[in-house]
Amino acid sequence: MARAYDEMYDDAGSPRAHCTGYRDWLEAQPAERLAQKRAEADALFHRLGITFAVYGENEGTERLIPFDFVPRILPADEWTVLEAGLKQRVRALNAFLADVYHDQEILKAGRIPSEPVLCNAQYRPEMQGIDVPGGIYSHIAGVDIVRADDGRFYVLEDNLRVPSGVSYMLENRKMMMRLFPELFSRHAVEPVEHYPDVLLHNLKSVAQAGITDPAVVLLTPGAYNSAYFEHAFLAQQMGIELVEGQDLFVRDDVVYMRTTRGPQRVDVIYRRIDDDFLDPLAFRSDSMLGVPGLLTAYRAGRVTIANAIGTGIADDKSIYPYVPEMIRFYLGEEPKLANVPTWILRRPDECSHVLANLKDLVVKEVHGAGGYGMLIGPAASKAEIEDFRARIKANPERYIAQPTLALSTSPTFVEQGFAPRHIDLRPFVLSGKDITIVPGGLTRVALRKGSLVVNSSQGGGTKDTWVLGC
Amino acid sequence: MLSRTADHLYWMSRYNERAENLARMLDAHYRLSLLPRTPEAVRQGWAATLTSLGMIDAFRAKHREASPEAAVRFLAFEREHPGSILSCLRTARENARAVRGTVPSEVWETLNSTWLEARSFGRAGGEPPLGEFLEWVKYRAHLTRGVIVGTMLRDEAYFFSRIGTFLERADATTRLLESRWRDPGDGGERPASEASEWAVLLRALSAFEVYRKVYRDSVTPMQVTELLLLNDSMPGSVHRCLSDLYGNLREVRNTQSRETERLAGEMHAQLRFGRLEELCADGVPIFLDRCQKRLNELAAGIARDFLVPGA
Repeated sequence: MARAYDEMYDDAGSPRAHCTGYRDWLEAQPAERLAQKRAEADALFHRLGITFAVYGENEGTERLIPFDFVPRILPADEWTVLEAGLKQRVRALNAFLADVYHDQEILKAGRIPSEPVLCNAQYRPEMQGIDVPGGIYSHIAGVDIVRADDGRFYVLEDNLRVPSGVSYMLENRKMMMRLFPELFSRHAVEPVEHYPDVLLHNLKSVAQAGITDPAVVLLTPGAYNSAYFEHAFLAQQMGIELVEGQDLFVRDDVVYMRTTRGPQRVDVIYRRIDDDFLDPLAFRSDSMLGVPGLLTAYRAGRVTIANAIGTGIADDKSIYPYVPEMIRFYLGEEPKLANVPTWILRRPDECSHVLANLKDLVVKEVHGAGGYGMLIGPAASKAEIEDFRARIKANPERYIAQPTLALSTSPTFVEQGFAPRHIDLRPFVLSGKDITIVPGGLTRVALRKGSLVVNSSQGGGTKDTWVLGC
Repeated sequence: MLSRTADHLYWMSRYNERAENLARMLDAHYRLSLLPRTPEAVRQGWAATLTSLGMIDAFRAKHREASPEAAVRFLAFEREHPGSILSCLRTARENARAVRGTVPSEVWETLNSTWLEARSFGRAGGEPPLGEFLEWVKYRAHLTRGVIVGTMLRDEAYFFSRIGTFLERADATTRLLESRWRDPGDGGERPASEASEWAVLLRALSAFEVYRKVYRDSVTPMQVTELLLLNDSMPGSVHRCLSDLYGNLREVRNTQSRETERLAGEMHAQLRFGRLEELCADGVPIFLDRCQKRLNELAAGIARDFLVPGA
């Protein structure tokens, strides 16, 4: 594998131009002060209860996501490129969703094959022909970006269903300002605190026509969900009700919440529950988390759901290779952000190439998420590779493959001092009348040496992300 | 406000209050154990307390005899027992966690750090000396209440939290009094020892100085009972609790809460205008029992009118 690109140091080991100020500050810090600051951060995160629940362990087990105080720093010019590319991409993805659930022009034009779209479990026939307010399907998108050894940014995946992590972006910044206020007077770091304001503004703007002061709620699966902290945090920051399915009911196609003063109408639901669990009458009947009749109210246009139902068809891994084609088809532009080169294993020639090179590639199950169901060839044992080979041969259409990317690294404070660790970046793209991205996003870091898996469920941590002003 | 949110706020405060009152009850026993009493009197005292808490059956299911050590463990530290102080602190914290988006972050942080600290006490070998622990529980409860009163907007969230506080406190005061009345002590043959047993109760409720100030007299059972039942200026008295409960209920009234409000008003009026001798004509324990039944009816009415039905 090629040598990874380091975000702070060039190949000669000198700090990159935009990082010199931070590097000088860091070198002047006594080691004891940094160790003490790290302990302080841990204690604060515990007291604040900024935790995530871990599935499969005892009910109510809560863990901290490790926070690393070395920021990931992006210079203004790089961010400008990223921002333009992200806006373009999300615009095309929303256009694709509107098209798929209406006239399916892109399929008719043969630019994307019909089968992986229409025969996909993520395609929701219930949405066919339904108009959603503003034509927006993915109000909140979390697009995972990596930087490869060539120094370029690539889109690793699009998260258009219920992307999470934004609360850590906001809390990490708060923590950094608390621990090292002096850094922020020395650097012009673009602020991120306005994220909840933009989100609330957008959610209100997609209420049905004619409602002057729409009631917006955040629908959570409940206190034992792994992202519950984030749900409560966002509801509080936006000043909206945090509701569970049991708090809502549908009467005559209108959604109400049960309050101490009787039923109160709900106009917009920012849901953090997957499609499958939203409405036991329409989807999984064993769901205790949803609201019976919600889909009918939604189809009748009496309530807005954000993100819309059925967005999973656009971020499915089997559709990902076609996103550049969507940008060309809907916008008539060339993609500003590249996809990672991807082999589609349903194509026999690409499949045989991949099978011959498994030890060098990353293979992903198209419906997997969270870093599960994937093979990282260079890190896998012979047995794991053979196991995957058999699985691919049995169902090639279930997999895609990509080269193993040397994700860029960032200096990280670990047991032995500072050491490079691999990172990625998840900016949050908000779609309303305009598309807004607060500068930066969530930087996740693989804390284990050499590891490329940044997911919090598998030992990942997070960093503050700085976009420097011009 | 969401009914479920109101429900969590109400129970958050009830459990915070319950933890404190359990600590006060244990404190009373702890102080009694420092008086010269026969082992039989000590054992009966614990049995009376467990009975008045309604926990005697749960206790007997696990322990043969009401030894002081077993009773203290059961009431303070036993995690599997949902009525222990540790369990109350955990339940208060779980309820706060469910509404952390509604309450000021300091409220959540206080309840969360209380539980984190309590949890470390509950670990094997981690139990602090009892007196120290009880003192800690009292001060954490003061802190939680102080943060609630000091930071929360005076809206429904606050009112429901207060309703939980006063209902629980009224209930606890009746139970503390009841356990004292039902505990035969050393037979009442020694007035001096009886007086000191009632003084212990006052001290556990932080009411000893108040008693002296109000009565300027030696400690007698009837006067202690009067202070804790009827004195409107005494923060823990049932009268004071009902008067605060009634005020907060009026703030949240809705179209179906008339009967609950009437019930609270009626009980308040009885405590405000009633004479102790008449109220307790059938004996103090009987009256205390009636009070508890009334409070249960009130709690059921509040749950029905405002909170999550069936909860």
